[in-house]
Amino acid sequence: MSDVATPLADASFDGFVSVSEAPRTGMISLRGDLSDTALREVCGAVTGAAFPASRGASLDGSHGVLWMAPDEVLLLVAPGSVPDSLDRIGTALSDRHHLAVDVTDARALISVDGLGVRDVLAKLTPADVSPGNFGPGELRRTRFAQVAAAFWMPTEDSARVICFRSVATYVFDLLCHAAAPGGEVGYYR
Amino acid sequence: MLILHCPCCGIDADETELTPGGTAHLKREGPGSSDEAFERYLFLRENPRGVHFERWRHAHGCGKWFHAARCTMTLEVFGTYSAQTHAPPREILDRIAERRPQERREVA
Repeated sequence: MSDVATPLADASFDGFVSVSEAPRTGMISLRGDLSDTALREVCGAVTGAAFPASRGASLDGSHGVLWMAPDEVLLLVAPGSVPDSLDRIGTALSDRHHLAVDVTDARALISVDGLGVRDVLAKLTPADVSPGNFGPGELRRTRFAQVAAAFWMPTEDSARVICFRSVATYVFDLLCHAAAPGGEVGYYR
Repeated sequence: MLILHCPCCGIDADETELTPGGTAHLKREGPGSSDEAFERYLFLRENPRGVHFERWRHAHGCGKWFHAARCTMTLEVFGTYSAQTHAPPREILDRIAERRPQERREVA
């Protein structure tokens, strides 16, 4: 079989924070009734993470459930387990209206790590990233310069940015530019 | 800068995260309607200097549509509410009446 190419070919950059492509992660976009117990249970069974509240990011290591919209979650799983996970979702929700799609290769996932990660995000997004308004455990879908993106913070000093694969290079370059040495803002310290 | 509270996901969204969708609460006149009714729907819109009810989509966020009551003169926002409705909710109308007693509004 041919080799799997990640959107950014494992690119990385060291500025006042480091920007790098995250290891390939399996992603399943699931739409349906999020208040449904069967849907919540299968999300937990597939990812091993609790079901998040509105705008929440519930993660267990690199796997988890991201709340994307009132009727949509994104499941992060091991890349190899995507077909199996889709089978389990299809079985559990067979009598319910839902949509589960493998979007692993349609999205790019970028890690931003280091002190000042909030400053880097704030340069690119209109979202409020101040510590009182956003922190670990939350997910924010928003805009990075000209394109749609979402981000969450696994810890206070790191963030994961998710965007469409077609704009992966654009978002990566934006983050590198925002994180370039000499560009420190020091506002969120 | 216009900031609207998205009632679908609860985020105070910046204007640049949103897509405008025009006038809210229009009843589309479809096949079978009279020419006068269709003309009224398509061309004879009210466009007051003051409070408008608008449709907005949280395009860069949760992707859902919602409605907003907003004054196009002063950019004052009177509130946002679910798009699954035929008329503005009572509390929005009360808020407008309280702030703009001189404006008479004919809404069902």
